[in-house]
Amino acid sequence: MRRTIRFTVNGDPVEVEVQPHWPLLRVLRDELELTGAKMGCGEGECGACTVLVDGKPINSCIYPVLEAEGKQVLTIEGLVSSENELHPIQQAFLDKAGVQCGFCTPGMIMSAKALLDMNPNPTEDEVRHALAGNFCRCTGYVQIVESVRHAAELLLKNAKQTGAGE
Amino acid sequence: MRSYEYLKPTSLKEALELLGRYGEKAKLVAGGTDLMVQWKKKIISPEYVISLRNVPELSFVTYESDLKIGSATTHRTLELSPIIREHFPILLDAVSNLGSVQVRNSATIGGNICNAAPSADTAPPLLALDAVAHIAGPQGERTMPIAEFFKGPSRTALASGEIVTHFSIPRPSPNTGMAYWKHTRRKAMDLPILGVAVLLSFGQDGKTCAKARISLGVAAPTPMRARKAEAYLEGKEVDRGALDEAGKIAAGEASPRTTIRGSQWYREEMIRVLVRRTGLMCIERAKGAAHG
Repeated sequence: MRRTIRFTVNGDPVEVEVQPHWPLLRVLRDELELTGAKMGCGEGECGACTVLVDGKPINSCIYPVLEAEGKQVLTIEGLVSSENELHPIQQAFLDKAGVQCGFCTPGMIMSAKALLDMNPNPTEDEVRHALAGNFCRCTGYVQIVESVRHAAELLLKNAKQTGAGE
Repeated sequence: MRSYEYLKPTSLKEALELLGRYGEKAKLVAGGTDLMVQWKKKIISPEYVISLRNVPELSFVTYESDLKIGSATTHRTLELSPIIREHFPILLDAVSNLGSVQVRNSATIGGNICNAAPSADTAPPLLALDAVAHIAGPQGERTMPIAEFFKGPSRTALASGEIVTHFSIPRPSPNTGMAYWKHTRRKAMDLPILGVAVLLSFGQDGKTCAKARISLGVAAPTPMRARKAEAYLEGKEVDRGALDEAGKIAAGEASPRTTIRGSQWYREEMIRVLVRRTGLMCIERAKGAAHG
Protein backbone atom coordinates (compact mmCIF):
# COMPACT_ATOMS: atom_id res chain seq x y z
CA MET A 1 0.00 0.00 0.00
CA ARG A 2 2.95 2.36 0.54
CA ARG A 3 3.67 4.83 -2.19
CA THR A 4 6.64 7.05 -2.86
CA ILE A 5 5.87 10.68 -3.55
CA ARG A 6 7.88 13.81 -4.24
CA PHE A 7 7.20 17.36 -3.24
CA THR A 8 9.08 20.44 -2.07
CA VAL A 9 9.40 21.41 1.58
CA ASN A 10 10.85 24.81 2.43
CA GLY A 11 12.51 24.93 -0.97
CA ASP A 12 14.09 21.49 -0.75
CA PRO A 13 12.85 18.60 -2.87
CA VAL A 14 11.89 15.58 -0.74
CA GLU A 15 11.00 12.01 -1.57
CA VAL A 16 9.06 10.06 1.03
CA GLU A 17 7.37 6.71 1.32
CA VAL A 18 3.84 7.24 2.65
CA GLN A 19 0.63 5.43 3.47
CA PRO A 20 -2.32 6.76 1.46
CA HIS A 21 -4.32 7.75 4.53
CA TRP A 22 -1.56 9.78 6.15
CA PRO A 23 -2.19 13.47 6.54
CA LEU A 24 0.57 15.85 5.52
CA LEU A 25 1.25 16.75 9.17
CA ARG A 26 2.30 13.21 10.00
CA VAL A 27 4.84 13.17 7.21
CA LEU A 28 6.22 16.58 8.15
CA ARG A 29 6.61 15.69 11.82
CA ASP A 30 7.38 11.97 11.88
CA GLU A 31 9.12 11.34 8.56
CA LEU A 32 10.82 14.69 7.86
CA GLU A 33 11.35 15.65 11.53
CA LEU A 34 9.92 19.13 11.02
CA THR A 35 8.15 19.41 14.35
CA GLY A 36 7.27 23.11 14.14
CA ALA A 37 3.73 22.47 12.94
CA LYS A 38 1.81 21.01 15.87
CA MET A 39 -0.84 18.33 16.27
CA GLY A 40 -3.60 19.99 18.25
CA CYS A 41 -7.16 18.83 17.66
CA GLY A 42 -6.43 16.63 14.63
CA GLU A 43 -9.74 17.68 13.08
CA GLY A 44 -9.04 20.99 11.38
CA GLU A 45 -10.52 23.07 14.19
CA CYS A 46 -7.56 24.63 16.01
CA GLY A 47 -5.04 25.63 13.32
CA ALA A 48 -1.91 24.55 15.25
CA CYS A 49 -0.91 22.43 12.23
CA THR A 50 -1.20 25.28 9.70
CA VAL A 51 1.33 25.19 6.85
CA LEU A 52 1.22 26.76 3.40
CA VAL A 53 0.69 24.61 0.31
CA ASP A 54 1.45 26.57 -2.84
CA GLY A 55 1.18 29.70 -0.71
CA LYS A 56 -2.22 28.91 0.79
CA PRO A 57 -2.73 28.10 4.47
CA ILE A 58 -4.30 24.70 5.14
CA ASN A 59 -4.80 22.44 8.15
CA SER A 60 -2.12 19.82 7.55
CA CYS A 61 -3.69 17.42 10.07
CA ILE A 62 -6.54 16.69 7.63
CA TYR A 63 -4.74 17.41 4.34
CA PRO A 64 -4.07 14.14 2.49
CA VAL A 65 -0.32 13.86 1.96
CA LEU A 66 -0.93 12.47 -1.52
CA GLU A 67 -2.40 15.85 -2.50
CA ALA A 68 0.95 17.47 -1.67
CA GLU A 69 2.57 15.55 -4.54
CA GLY A 70 4.40 18.02 -6.78
CA LYS A 71 3.50 20.99 -4.62
CA GLN A 72 5.45 23.56 -2.58
CA VAL A 73 5.01 23.19 1.17
CA LEU A 74 6.19 25.93 3.51
CA THR A 75 6.47 25.29 7.25
CA ILE A 76 7.59 27.55 10.10
CA GLU A 77 11.12 26.10 9.73
CA GLY A 78 11.24 27.56 6.22
CA LEU A 79 10.84 31.15 7.42
CA VAL A 80 14.31 31.45 8.95
CA SER A 81 16.76 33.03 6.51
CA SER A 82 19.88 31.31 5.20
CA GLU A 83 21.88 33.52 7.62
CA ASN A 84 19.82 31.91 10.41
CA GLU A 85 17.96 35.12 11.16
CA LEU A 86 14.37 35.12 12.29
CA HIS A 87 11.74 36.16 9.76
CA PRO A 88 10.25 39.61 10.53
CA ILE A 89 6.95 37.95 11.52
CA GLN A 90 8.77 35.76 14.03
CA GLN A 91 10.69 38.79 15.34
CA ALA A 92 7.43 40.74 15.66
CA PHE A 93 5.88 37.96 17.79
CA LEU A 94 8.90 38.21 20.14
CA ASP A 95 8.86 42.03 20.20
CA LYS A 96 5.14 42.25 20.97
CA ALA A 97 4.87 39.26 23.32
CA GLY A 98 2.68 37.34 20.88
CA VAL A 99 4.03 34.09 22.35
CA GLN A 100 2.89 32.61 25.64
CA CYS A 101 3.11 28.81 25.84
CA GLY A 102 4.06 28.78 22.16
CA PHE A 103 2.02 25.80 21.00
CA CYS A 104 -0.21 27.80 18.66
CA THR A 105 2.58 30.13 17.52
CA PRO A 106 3.84 28.30 14.40
CA GLY A 107 0.27 28.09 13.09
CA MET A 108 -0.44 31.71 13.95
CA ILE A 109 2.71 32.81 12.15
CA MET A 110 1.95 30.76 9.03
CA SER A 111 -1.59 32.21 8.86
CA ALA A 112 -0.08 35.67 9.33
CA LYS A 113 2.42 34.96 6.54
CA ALA A 114 -0.37 34.02 4.13
CA LEU A 115 -2.30 37.16 5.07
CA LEU A 116 0.66 39.53 4.71
CA ASP A 117 1.68 37.98 1.38
CA MET A 118 -1.75 38.92 0.03
CA ASN A 119 -2.46 42.06 2.04
CA PRO A 120 0.72 43.83 3.28
CA ASN A 121 -1.09 46.36 5.48
CA PRO A 122 -4.14 44.72 7.05
CA THR A 123 -6.59 46.34 9.45
CA GLU A 124 -7.21 44.79 12.84
CA ASP A 125 -10.45 43.27 11.52
CA GLU A 126 -8.62 41.74 8.57
CA VAL A 127 -6.02 40.24 10.91
CA ARG A 128 -8.73 38.76 13.12
CA HIS A 129 -10.59 37.34 10.08
CA ALA A 130 -7.38 35.77 8.72
CA LEU A 131 -6.39 34.26 12.10
CA ALA A 132 -9.89 33.14 13.12
CA GLY A 133 -8.95 29.50 12.52
CA ASN A 134 -5.99 29.59 14.91
CA PHE A 135 -6.84 29.01 18.54
CA CYS A 136 -4.65 30.27 21.38
CA ARG A 137 -5.65 28.51 24.58
CA CYS A 138 -3.52 30.92 26.60
CA THR A 139 -5.96 33.44 25.03
CA GLY A 140 -3.26 36.00 24.24
CA TYR A 141 -5.10 37.25 21.19
CA VAL A 142 -4.58 40.98 21.74
CA GLN A 143 -0.79 40.60 21.63
CA ILE A 144 -1.04 38.24 18.67
CA VAL A 145 -3.00 40.77 16.64
CA GLU A 146 -0.51 43.47 17.67
CA SER A 147 2.34 41.18 16.62
CA VAL A 148 0.89 40.70 13.15
CA ARG A 149 0.36 44.42 12.66
CA HIS A 150 3.90 45.08 13.90
CA ALA A 151 5.14 42.43 11.45
CA ALA A 152 3.38 44.30 8.66
CA GLU A 153 5.26 47.47 9.66
CA LEU A 154 8.60 45.65 9.75
CA LEU A 155 7.99 44.06 6.36
CA LEU A 156 6.91 47.35 4.78
CA LYS A 157 10.01 49.06 6.23
CA ASN A 158 12.25 46.29 4.87
CA ALA A 159 10.59 46.56 1.47
CA LYS A 160 11.20 50.32 1.41
CA GLN A 161 14.86 49.91 2.40
CA THR A 162 15.38 47.24 -0.23
CA GLY A 163 13.63 49.47 -2.76
CA ALA A 164 15.81 52.48 -1.79
CA GLY A 165 18.98 50.43 -2.15
CA GLU A 166 18.26 49.49 -5.73
CA MET B 1 -4.20 -2.28 8.71
CA ARG B 2 -7.12 0.09 8.29
CA SER B 3 -6.24 2.23 5.29
CA TYR B 4 -7.61 2.94 1.85
CA GLU B 5 -6.42 3.41 -1.64
CA TYR B 6 -6.33 7.07 -2.60
CA LEU B 7 -7.16 7.69 -6.25
CA LYS B 8 -6.49 10.97 -8.05
CA PRO B 9 -8.37 11.13 -11.34
CA THR B 10 -7.50 14.09 -13.54
CA SER B 11 -10.69 14.20 -15.59
CA LEU B 12 -14.40 13.85 -14.92
CA LYS B 13 -14.52 10.83 -17.24
CA GLU B 14 -11.83 9.06 -15.21
CA ALA B 15 -13.56 9.97 -11.92
CA LEU B 16 -16.86 8.51 -13.17
CA GLU B 17 -15.10 5.34 -14.34
CA LEU B 18 -13.44 4.84 -10.97
CA LEU B 19 -16.71 5.48 -9.14
CA GLY B 20 -18.46 3.00 -11.44
CA ARG B 21 -15.75 0.37 -10.88
CA TYR B 22 -15.63 0.57 -7.07
CA GLY B 23 -19.25 1.54 -6.30
CA GLU B 24 -20.18 1.25 -2.65
CA LYS B 25 -16.56 0.55 -1.65
CA ALA B 26 -15.58 4.06 -2.72
CA LYS B 27 -16.12 7.53 -1.31
CA LEU B 28 -15.72 10.74 -3.24
CA VAL B 29 -13.67 13.43 -1.55
CA ALA B 30 -13.08 17.03 -2.55
CA GLY B 31 -11.51 19.15 0.20
CA GLY B 32 -11.67 16.36 2.76
CA THR B 33 -12.55 18.62 5.68
CA ASP B 34 -15.61 16.48 6.43
CA LEU B 35 -14.45 13.13 5.05
CA MET B 36 -11.00 13.03 6.65
CA VAL B 37 -12.56 13.78 10.04
CA GLN B 38 -15.31 11.16 9.53
CA TRP B 39 -12.61 8.62 8.65
CA LYS B 40 -10.50 9.48 11.68
CA LYS B 41 -13.57 9.07 13.91
CA LYS B 42 -14.29 5.70 12.22
CA ILE B 43 -17.71 6.86 11.04
CA ILE B 44 -16.78 5.73 7.53
CA SER B 45 -14.28 3.13 6.30
CA PRO B 46 -14.09 3.25 2.51
CA GLU B 47 -11.70 0.92 0.66
CA TYR B 48 -11.18 3.55 -2.01
CA VAL B 49 -11.15 7.32 -1.73
CA ILE B 50 -11.58 9.13 -5.03
CA SER B 51 -10.24 12.67 -4.89
CA LEU B 52 -11.87 15.34 -7.05
CA ARG B 53 -9.20 17.96 -6.30
CA ASN B 54 -7.33 17.34 -9.54
CA VAL B 55 -10.28 17.42 -11.93
CA PRO B 56 -10.06 20.83 -13.62
CA GLU B 57 -13.59 20.59 -15.10
CA LEU B 58 -15.03 20.74 -11.58
CA SER B 59 -13.33 23.91 -10.39
CA PHE B 60 -14.46 27.21 -11.95
CA VAL B 61 -16.66 30.28 -11.54
CA THR B 62 -18.18 31.91 -14.63
CA TYR B 63 -20.89 34.54 -15.04
CA GLU B 64 -22.41 34.98 -18.47
CA SER B 65 -26.10 34.29 -19.05
CA ASP B 66 -26.08 32.67 -15.61
CA LEU B 67 -23.66 32.01 -12.78
CA LYS B 68 -21.92 28.65 -12.90
CA ILE B 69 -19.88 27.29 -10.01
CA GLY B 70 -17.92 24.05 -10.34
CA SER B 71 -18.59 21.62 -7.51
CA ALA B 72 -14.93 21.36 -6.47
CA THR B 73 -14.52 25.13 -6.23
CA THR B 74 -13.22 25.97 -2.76
CA HIS B 75 -15.03 28.36 -0.47
CA ARG B 76 -11.90 30.50 -0.41
CA THR B 77 -11.97 30.83 -4.21
CA LEU B 78 -15.59 31.96 -3.96
CA GLU B 79 -14.77 34.36 -1.11
CA LEU B 80 -12.09 36.03 -3.24
CA SER B 81 -13.98 35.87 -6.56
CA PRO B 82 -14.78 39.35 -7.95
CA ILE B 83 -17.96 37.88 -9.52
CA ILE B 84 -19.25 36.65 -6.16
CA ARG B 85 -18.15 39.80 -4.32
CA GLU B 86 -19.86 42.08 -6.80
CA HIS B 87 -23.00 40.23 -7.80
CA PHE B 88 -23.81 37.56 -5.19
CA PRO B 89 -23.43 39.01 -1.68
CA ILE B 90 -25.64 36.21 -0.34
CA LEU B 91 -22.93 33.69 -1.25
CA LEU B 92 -20.20 35.94 0.11
CA ASP B 93 -22.10 36.09 3.43
CA ALA B 94 -22.13 32.30 3.52
CA VAL B 95 -18.59 31.47 2.42
CA SER B 96 -16.65 34.18 4.25
CA ASN B 97 -17.66 32.88 7.69
CA LEU B 98 -17.57 29.18 6.97
CA GLY B 99 -14.85 27.48 9.03
CA SER B 100 -11.53 29.33 8.77
CA VAL B 101 -9.25 30.44 5.95
CA GLN B 102 -7.50 27.09 6.26
CA VAL B 103 -10.78 25.16 6.00
CA ARG B 104 -12.02 27.34 3.15
CA ASN B 105 -8.82 26.69 1.19
CA SER B 106 -9.72 22.99 1.14
CA ALA B 107 -13.48 22.70 1.58
CA THR B 108 -15.63 22.98 -1.55
CA ILE B 109 -19.17 24.08 -2.31
CA GLY B 110 -19.99 20.68 -3.81
CA GLY B 111 -18.69 18.96 -0.69
CA ASN B 112 -20.73 21.25 1.54
CA ILE B 113 -23.90 20.44 -0.44
CA CYS B 114 -23.27 16.71 -0.95
CA ASN B 115 -22.35 16.15 2.70
CA ALA B 116 -25.94 17.34 3.20
CA ALA B 117 -25.68 18.51 6.79
CA PRO B 118 -28.78 20.44 7.92
CA SER B 119 -26.31 23.19 8.88
CA ALA B 120 -24.53 23.46 5.50
CA ASP B 121 -23.88 27.19 5.08
CA THR B 122 -24.07 27.24 1.29
CA ALA B 123 -27.44 25.44 1.16
CA PRO B 124 -29.82 28.29 2.15
CA PRO B 125 -28.21 30.73 -0.34
CA LEU B 126 -28.35 28.18 -3.17
CA LEU B 127 -32.02 27.53 -2.34
CA ALA B 128 -32.78 31.26 -2.33
CA LEU B 129 -30.98 31.66 -5.66
CA ASP B 130 -33.00 28.85 -7.34
CA ALA B 131 -29.76 27.00 -8.05
CA VAL B 132 -29.79 23.90 -10.20
CA ALA B 133 -27.42 20.99 -9.56
CA HIS B 134 -25.84 19.49 -12.67
CA ILE B 135 -25.11 15.82 -12.20
CA ALA B 136 -23.00 13.45 -14.29
CA GLY B 137 -23.45 9.70 -14.02
CA PRO B 138 -23.29 6.40 -15.85
CA GLN B 139 -26.48 7.28 -17.76
CA GLY B 140 -25.19 10.68 -18.82
CA GLU B 141 -26.06 14.07 -17.43
CA ARG B 142 -29.13 15.32 -15.61
CA THR B 143 -30.15 18.41 -13.71
CA MET B 144 -32.10 18.88 -10.52
CA PRO B 145 -33.32 21.97 -8.68
CA ILE B 146 -31.38 22.23 -5.43
CA ALA B 147 -34.74 22.30 -3.61
CA GLU B 148 -35.15 18.60 -4.55
CA PHE B 149 -31.59 17.58 -3.76
CA PHE B 150 -31.69 17.11 0.01
CA LYS B 151 -33.45 13.96 1.21
CA GLY B 152 -32.50 13.91 4.89
CA PRO B 153 -29.53 14.54 7.17
CA SER B 154 -26.48 13.32 5.18
CA ARG B 155 -28.77 12.00 2.42
CA THR B 156 -29.10 13.37 -1.09
CA ALA B 157 -30.92 12.51 -4.29
CA LEU B 158 -27.67 11.37 -5.92
CA ALA B 159 -27.83 7.85 -7.33
CA SER B 160 -24.95 5.42 -7.17
CA GLY B 161 -22.14 6.41 -9.53
CA GLU B 162 -23.18 10.03 -9.83
CA ILE B 163 -21.10 13.18 -9.32
CA VAL B 164 -22.35 16.76 -9.01
CA THR B 165 -20.34 18.68 -11.62
CA HIS B 166 -21.57 22.21 -11.03
CA PHE B 167 -24.37 24.49 -9.95
CA SER B 168 -26.06 26.99 -12.22
CA ILE B 169 -27.79 30.05 -10.85
CA PRO B 170 -30.04 32.32 -12.90
CA ARG B 171 -29.04 35.98 -13.17
CA PRO B 172 -31.11 37.92 -10.61
CA SER B 173 -33.38 40.71 -11.89
CA PRO B 174 -32.02 44.28 -11.45
CA ASN B 175 -33.89 45.39 -8.28
CA THR B 176 -32.84 42.48 -6.14
CA GLY B 177 -31.46 42.34 -2.62
CA MET B 178 -30.09 39.13 -1.13
CA ALA B 179 -28.50 38.21 2.19
CA TYR B 180 -27.59 35.22 4.35
CA TRP B 181 -27.52 35.47 8.11
CA LYS B 182 -25.49 32.84 9.94
CA HIS B 183 -26.61 32.87 13.55
CA THR B 184 -23.72 31.67 15.70
CA ARG B 185 -22.22 32.19 19.12
CA ARG B 186 -18.84 33.12 17.63
CA LYS B 187 -17.84 34.50 14.26
CA ALA B 188 -15.57 31.73 13.01
CA MET B 189 -15.13 27.98 13.30
CA ASP B 190 -18.72 27.45 14.31
CA LEU B 191 -21.78 25.78 12.86
CA PRO B 192 -24.89 27.92 12.63
CA ILE B 193 -27.57 27.70 15.31
CA LEU B 194 -29.71 28.85 12.41
CA GLY B 195 -29.04 29.91 8.85
CA VAL B 196 -31.45 32.31 7.17
CA ALA B 197 -31.26 33.32 3.52
CA VAL B 198 -33.60 35.88 1.99
CA LEU B 199 -33.81 37.15 -1.58
CA LEU B 200 -36.26 39.89 -2.56
CA SER B 201 -36.76 41.14 -6.12
CA PHE B 202 -38.74 44.33 -6.50
CA GLY B 203 -40.82 45.59 -9.42
CA GLN B 204 -40.14 48.80 -11.33
CA ASP B 205 -41.68 50.90 -8.55
CA GLY B 206 -38.91 49.61 -6.31
CA LYS B 207 -41.43 48.66 -3.61
CA THR B 208 -43.66 45.83 -4.74
CA CYS B 209 -42.11 42.43 -4.19
CA ALA B 210 -42.06 40.52 -7.47
CA LYS B 211 -40.22 37.50 -6.11
CA ALA B 212 -39.41 36.38 -2.59
CA ARG B 213 -37.23 33.53 -1.45
CA ILE B 214 -36.80 32.56 2.19
CA SER B 215 -34.69 29.53 3.02
CA LEU B 216 -33.59 28.11 6.31
CA GLY B 217 -30.75 25.94 7.59
CA VAL B 218 -30.86 23.90 10.83
CA ALA B 219 -34.63 24.50 10.89
CA ALA B 220 -35.66 21.04 9.67
CA PRO B 221 -33.98 17.69 8.83
CA THR B 222 -32.82 19.28 5.56
CA PRO B 223 -32.19 22.85 4.41
CA MET B 224 -35.65 24.11 3.43
CA ARG B 225 -37.61 26.84 1.70
CA ALA B 226 -40.37 28.61 3.63
CA ARG B 227 -42.76 28.68 0.69
CA LYS B 228 -45.81 30.04 2.53
CA ALA B 229 -43.78 32.94 3.86
CA GLU B 230 -42.44 33.59 0.35
CA ALA B 231 -45.97 33.58 -1.10
CA TYR B 232 -47.11 35.97 1.62
CA LEU B 233 -44.53 38.58 0.57
CA GLU B 234 -44.96 38.32 -3.19
CA GLY B 235 -47.15 41.09 -4.60
CA LYS B 236 -46.88 43.14 -1.40
CA GLU B 237 -45.03 46.30 -0.55
CA VAL B 238 -42.42 44.85 1.76
CA ASP B 239 -41.76 46.73 4.97
CA ARG B 240 -40.83 45.82 8.52
CA GLY B 241 -44.38 44.78 9.35
CA ALA B 242 -44.68 42.49 6.33
CA LEU B 243 -41.32 40.91 7.11
CA ASP B 244 -42.41 40.38 10.71
CA GLU B 245 -45.44 38.47 9.49
CA ALA B 246 -43.33 36.49 6.99
CA GLY B 247 -41.01 35.55 9.85
CA LYS B 248 -43.94 34.23 11.88
CA ILE B 249 -45.17 32.19 8.93
CA ALA B 250 -41.67 30.83 8.26
CA ALA B 251 -41.29 29.82 11.92
CA GLY B 252 -44.56 27.91 11.59
CA GLU B 253 -43.32 26.07 8.50
CA ALA B 254 -40.04 25.03 10.14
CA SER B 255 -39.58 22.02 12.39
CA PRO B 256 -36.36 22.68 14.29
CA ARG B 257 -35.03 20.29 16.90
CA THR B 258 -33.70 20.93 20.36
CA THR B 259 -29.94 20.29 20.22
CA ILE B 260 -26.84 21.32 22.12
CA ARG B 261 -26.67 24.53 20.06
CA GLY B 262 -30.19 25.70 20.69
CA SER B 263 -33.68 24.64 21.71
CA GLN B 264 -36.66 24.26 19.42
CA TRP B 265 -38.36 27.22 21.09
CA TYR B 266 -35.30 29.44 20.69
CA ARG B 267 -34.85 28.50 17.06
CA GLU B 268 -38.49 29.24 16.24
CA GLU B 269 -38.21 32.63 17.93
CA MET B 270 -34.99 33.39 16.07
CA ILE B 271 -36.46 32.41 12.68
CA ARG B 272 -39.06 35.10 13.28
CA VAL B 273 -36.42 37.67 14.23
CA LEU B 274 -33.87 36.76 11.58
CA VAL B 275 -36.26 36.58 8.64
CA ARG B 276 -37.20 40.17 9.42
CA ARG B 277 -33.61 41.27 9.98
CA THR B 278 -32.29 39.54 6.86
CA GLY B 279 -35.23 40.84 4.84
CA LEU B 280 -34.42 44.40 5.94
CA MET B 281 -30.83 43.81 4.77
CA CYS B 282 -32.23 42.76 1.39
CA ILE B 283 -34.21 45.99 1.10
CA GLU B 284 -31.05 48.01 1.84
CA ARG B 285 -28.97 46.00 -0.59
CA ALA B 286 -31.59 46.27 -3.33
CA LYS B 287 -31.42 50.06 -3.00
CA GLY B 288 -27.62 49.93 -3.16
CA ALA B 289 -27.73 47.67 -6.21
CA ALA B 290 -30.21 49.98 -7.99
CA HIS B 291 -28.04 53.05 -7.35
CA GLY B 292 -24.74 51.27 -7.84
